[in-house]
Amino acid sequence: MQPREIYLRTGPFLTHLTTSSEPLLEALPSLYDPRCFVARPDFCDFHVFVRSPPLRRWLRPKVEFLFEGAPTFTPSPPDHAVPMFESGLNWVISTTVQQYLIIHAAAVERGGRAAIIPGQSGSGKSTLCAGLAFRGWRLLSDELTLITPVTTELLALARPINLKNESIEVVRRLAPGLVFSRPAEDTIKGTIALVKPPEDSVARMEEPARPRWIVFPVYEKGAATRLGIRPRAESFVELAANAVNYGVLGELGFNTLAEVVTRSSCFELAYGDLEDAVRVLTEMSESA
Amino acid sequence: MAERRDSLAQALRDPKKLGQASLSDWDRLIPEARRAGLLGRLAHLVDQSIGLDVVPERVRPHLLSARILAEKRRREVIFEADRLVDLLQDVLGTVILLKGAAYVLADLPPAAGRIFNDIDILVPKHELASVEAMLSLGGWRLGEIDPYDEDYYRRWMHQLPPLLNAARNSVIDVHHTLVPTTARVALDARELLQEIVPVKGKPHLAVLSPPDMVLHSAVHLFSEGEFERGLRDLDDLDLLFRHFGQSGMFWKPLLTRATTLDLNRPLFYALRYTRKLLGTPVPSDVVEETERHRPPRGILTLMDAAFHRAFRSPHPDCRDAFTGTALALLYVRSHYLRMPLHLLIPHLVRKGVRHHREEPAEA
Repeated sequence: MQPREIYLRTGPFLTHLTTSSEPLLEALPSLYDPRCFVARPDFCDFHVFVRSPPLRRWLRPKVEFLFEGAPTFTPSPPDHAVPMFESGLNWVISTTVQQYLIIHAAAVERGGRAAIIPGQSGSGKSTLCAGLAFRGWRLLSDELTLITPVTTELLALARPINLKNESIEVVRRLAPGLVFSRPAEDTIKGTIALVKPPEDSVARMEEPARPRWIVFPVYEKGAATRLGIRPRAESFVELAANAVNYGVLGELGFNTLAEVVTRSSCFELAYGDLEDAVRVLTEMSESA
Repeated sequence: MAERRDSLAQALRDPKKLGQASLSDWDRLIPEARRAGLLGRLAHLVDQSIGLDVVPERVRPHLLSARILAEKRRREVIFEADRLVDLLQDVLGTVILLKGAAYVLADLPPAAGRIFNDIDILVPKHELASVEAMLSLGGWRLGEIDPYDEDYYRRWMHQLPPLLNAARNSVIDVHHTLVPTTARVALDARELLQEIVPVKGKPHLAVLSPPDMVLHSAVHLFSEGEFERGLRDLDDLDLLFRHFGQSGMFWKPLLTRATTLDLNRPLFYALRYTRKLLGTPVPSDVVEETERHRPPRGILTLMDAAFHRAFRSPHPDCRDAFTGTALALLYVRSHYLRMPLHLLIPHLVRKGVRHHREEPAEA
C-alpha cells in the first residue's frame, strides 16, 4: 500500500507523518480534531515514519517508528501502531525540545489556572487527567507538560489521552460518546487505548496557562479521596525528579521550577474513585 | 558541488549563505544536521555569522535547543575530566584527553556546538591494568558486551571496550595505542606521550600536540569503518587545520611528524577531503608535499567516490544509489587495515551472522 503523508498540528509543533499502517490511518481522524490536520507546510518540526521494517512485511509482520530516518524503538506488532505513534512523538519531543522545561506530568486548566499532575507511568495521572478533562477542565497535556522558562507559561498540546488497562473502562463510563482507539493488547504496559480530547481543549490549543496547583496523585483501589497539603520543598524535589530535561537546562531549569512551586499550592491526592477525586479537585479549585 | 545531498557540507563551509535559506531548505537541513551530530555546530555557525534573528521563526527553536544541549554536554565533559583526574592522578600523574574532551578542555574550535557522548583518554600500555582497576573503583564498568567482542577489543583494538559509569550515565574510551594493534601501520603511543601539551589552568590534564592531534584524528577517520559521525569528524579536522595553521609553526612540524609516525597516507586524505568539501586553506607547498603520498590513480578514484558518500549526513535523503556499496567497501577496508586476512574473514562472517539475527535496540 502506498504510504500516506499526514501533517499534524499539536500546540506549537508540526509533525510530518508518513505511514501505510492501516490501524494508524484509521485511528488518526477519529482521535484528532479536523483542525489538527493541515496542508503540507514548508517547515515541519518533526519528520516521522511508522512503517514495516524492510523484509518484515510477510514474516511475523511488525511496525517500527522512525525519527529523521532512524528507528527508535524495538519493532512492535502492527496493531500497536497507534500507541507506538503517540509514544514515539513523546520520545521525539522529550529528546529534541530544550527551549521548554519538560515534566512527566499531565496538565489541565480551569478558570485561567492550571493544575500540574506529575507522575511516571502507572501513577494514575492520565486517568485523573482524563477525569478532569471530561468534567469541565481544559486539557493541556496528558503525558508531557511543557513549561516556558522564566514566564512559567504552560503550553497546550491537547493530544489524545493515553489510558491503560482498567482505566479505559473507568473513563469510558464518565461520559457518553467518548471516542476511543481500538485497544492494543499485550503491549509491555498491558492494554492501551487512546481517547479523543474534548473539542474545546483542541480549539483552545494556542492558549497557554499559568500554573496554580501541583497535585501528586496516588491511586489506591477502594481508598477514600484524601487531599493533603505537601510541603513546597518536597514538592520541588519530586517535580524535579519528574523533569525530563532538568539537568540540561541547569540553572534556568532550577529557577523555573522554583518559580512554579512558589506560585502553586502543592497537594497529594489519594483516591480510589475517579468521579469523587474530580469532584474534590474541582471544589478545591473554586475555593482557592 | 551543487549537489543537494551535500547541502550540509556547504552550510558548514559557507554559513553566510544560510541567510538566503528558505523554510523548505531548513526543513531538509535541520534533520540532516541532527542525524549527523552537527545541529549544535550549525547553531554555533549561525550565531557567529548571520545571527539567529535572520533564521525563520519556526526554525529557531531547533537551533536554540541544539545550542542548549551542546552547552550541557560541555559542562558535563569538564566535570568528568575533573573526576578522572581525581581518580587517576596517582596512577598516571597526567590524564591525557583525546578528541572531543580534548577540544573542550583545550578550548579549541571543534568544541563549539559539539554534541558528543564518550570521553576518550590515552594511557600508556603498561599502565592499562592499573587504570582499569582504578576506574572500576570509581564506578566505571564494562557495558553489556558479548564475550567475543570483548576479546576482540582486548586483543586487536587500540582501546578497551567502552566503560560505563552507571550513576552518571557517561562513557569512557581508554586508548592505549594510536591505531589497532595488528594494523599494517603499527604505531607506538610512546612517541605521542613525549609531546603532550598541558591544559591551561588544569594541572594533571594534557592533550596531544597540535600535529599529533591532527594526525590522530586523521588516522582514525581514514581507517574508520562507520561514518555516522564522518562529516562531523572531517569538520573537526578542517577547524583544526584552520586554527593551528594560523601560526607559522604548524605545517612543517606536521609534515615531519607524519613521516616519523608513518601517517602520510591518512594526512594526504585528510587534506584532500577537507579542501574539497570544506574549502580548507592549505599552503600550496604543503599540498604538493602530501601529494607525493597519494595512492595509485585507480584506488584514489575509488576512494574519492566512497569517501564523498561517507562524508554526507547519514540521513536517508542524503543517500544515493551507491552509498550502500561505498559504506560497505569502507567497512571492509577498515577491518582489512586492522586485522590480517586470516583473521578478518572469520570475524566478518561472524558479524554478518549476528547482524541478521539482531533487531534494533530500544532507544
